Amino acid sequence: MITLERLTKKFGPILAVDGLSLSVQRGEVLGFLGPNGAGKTTTMRMITGFLPPTSGTAAVGGFDVTKTPIAVRRLIGYLPEGAPLYGDMTPAAFLDFISGMRGFGGAAKKQRMDWTVETLQLGDVLHRPIDTLSKGYKRRVGLAQAILHDPDVLILDEPTDGLDPNQKHQVRALIRSMARDKAIVISTHILEEVEAVCTRSVVIAGGRIVFDGSPRDLQRRSRRHNAVEIRLDAQSSAALAGEIAALPGVAAVDAAIEEGGLATLLVVPHDGRPIIHDLSECIRASGLAIEEMHTERGDLAEVFRQLTIAA
Amino acid sequence: MSNVLTIFRREFGAYFSTPLAYVFIVIFLALSGAFTFYMGYFFERGQADLQAFFAFHPWLYLIFVPAVSMRLWAEERKGGTIELLMTLPVSTPQVVIGKFLAAWAFVGIALALTFPIWITVNYLGDPDNGVIIAGYLASLIMAGSFLAIGACVSAVTKNQVIAFILAAVIGFLFLTSGLEIVIAFFRGWAPDVVVDVVAGMSFLTHFTSITAGVIDLRDVIFFGSLMAVCLFINVLLVDTRKGA
Repeated sequence: MITLERLTKKFGPILAVDGLSLSVQRGEVLGFLGPNGAGKTTTMRMITGFLPPTSGTAAVGGFDVTKTPIAVRRLIGYLPEGAPLYGDMTPAAFLDFISGMRGFGGAAKKQRMDWTVETLQLGDVLHRPIDTLSKGYKRRVGLAQAILHDPDVLILDEPTDGLDPNQKHQVRALIRSMARDKAIVISTHILEEVEAVCTRSVVIAGGRIVFDGSPRDLQRRSRRHNAVEIRLDAQSSAALAGEIAALPGVAAVDAAIEEGGLATLLVVPHDGRPIIHDLSECIRASGLAIEEMHTERGDLAEVFRQLTIAA
Repeated sequence: MSNVLTIFRREFGAYFSTPLAYVFIVIFLALSGAFTFYMGYFFERGQADLQAFFAFHPWLYLIFVPAVSMRLWAEERKGGTIELLMTLPVSTPQVVIGKFLAAWAFVGIALALTFPIWITVNYLGDPDNGVIIAGYLASLIMAGSFLAIGACVSAVTKNQVIAFILAAVIGFLFLTSGLEIVIAFFRGWAPDVVVDVVAGMSFLTHFTSITAGVIDLRDVIFFGSLMAVCLFINVLLVDTRKGA
């Protein structure tokens, strides 16, 4: 649905997006990750036709964004960064305006608006000026205008920014529920969000793609992927640490003493291979009692830092 | 076409979403009344016409119209809603025209609410109502020209105050370019063509000739083409500067 080819944007001497090539299919939820200033918003603005690319092309549903901008905009639902809204309007008047602009009238308009209000639970605030609403409601009104016409392509720039955990959960559930028959691109710098909703994650830094793969692949890049954390009595920990370190699949054992006479051992495997079976055998053989043991899936923040600082 | 109408309705509604619109209209009516009666000597002239009323409109619009036009684009850019608006399936000319027409309709309402003075002059005497209608039309298209300039200027800035001042300054240039004092300044050194062009750009000259009852097509074309040119520039400005 979305095809970017060597998409580039320069602001004067500053290269904001540097030859980005990417394609997003229907059914994919692409999480666009990157530090602030990496070019996420600029890329999204070029896909929606708000900013013209300096070079390269972007196409949505087969339509080129610079040659046929109106056709592209019809296909896209877009939540711009910060969810800008007309503060003096009520959500009812605002959504009425949007559905008018989307070409709905009469019964179809009423049906679309009712569905949107229902989906985002805006019923309680429908007739209050948007300026007076809480941040969570404002963000939902912004989402409402993006999904009102049930678009094939959704571009959401930080959809959960500023929401509380419950609201974040709701928005993620909404995105997941719409994922099957749409191509969705969300930008975020919340890493857990990628795990929670995305089928694919793209990390950009300095305007370039530094990673493109599933969120699981991203975790596999972590040193702590499939690492095992063990908590046990501090006195017996040193002996166990020695035995574990001798196992073939183990790369390193980091020990840390905790309060209350407990110690934590972090066992890091070679190349992220699963080692939990070997470990449990080893512990059973040693006859030591342990308090807790679990496998880590990987530290996304660590991978994120590696990817974006190196670039 | 329906897009223009949808934009028009939103913009027009936006004017009335705050009490400011009503304050605005009241001030406009009060000032136009005060000018007519105290500075235009409406009664003392002893004539059944609205010359004293229309004579002050160019000066009234010089301040009033930029105040109406300043928010058109500056507010969208400041609030970031321009990104929302310009990613909807609508062309830039449609938005420009919709916004312009909404502002024009607002000024038109203010102008229409001066109707009591028309009733008054008909009650007191026997005026030529054809001339008065011509005067109202001239006033409306001149307001449109001020507005087109203001809308255009509003698209270059995020700051409504700057939009207001710039529009008033440019309006002032157009207004005064027909005054003898300005013409005389050019006549000393500039070739006749330049002097004619400067004099020909004057809102005052074109406006007063219509309010005098002479509807010359050239005056109407002047205002019409000025609006068209300004709105065209407005489209270009929005397209090139929306993301800045």
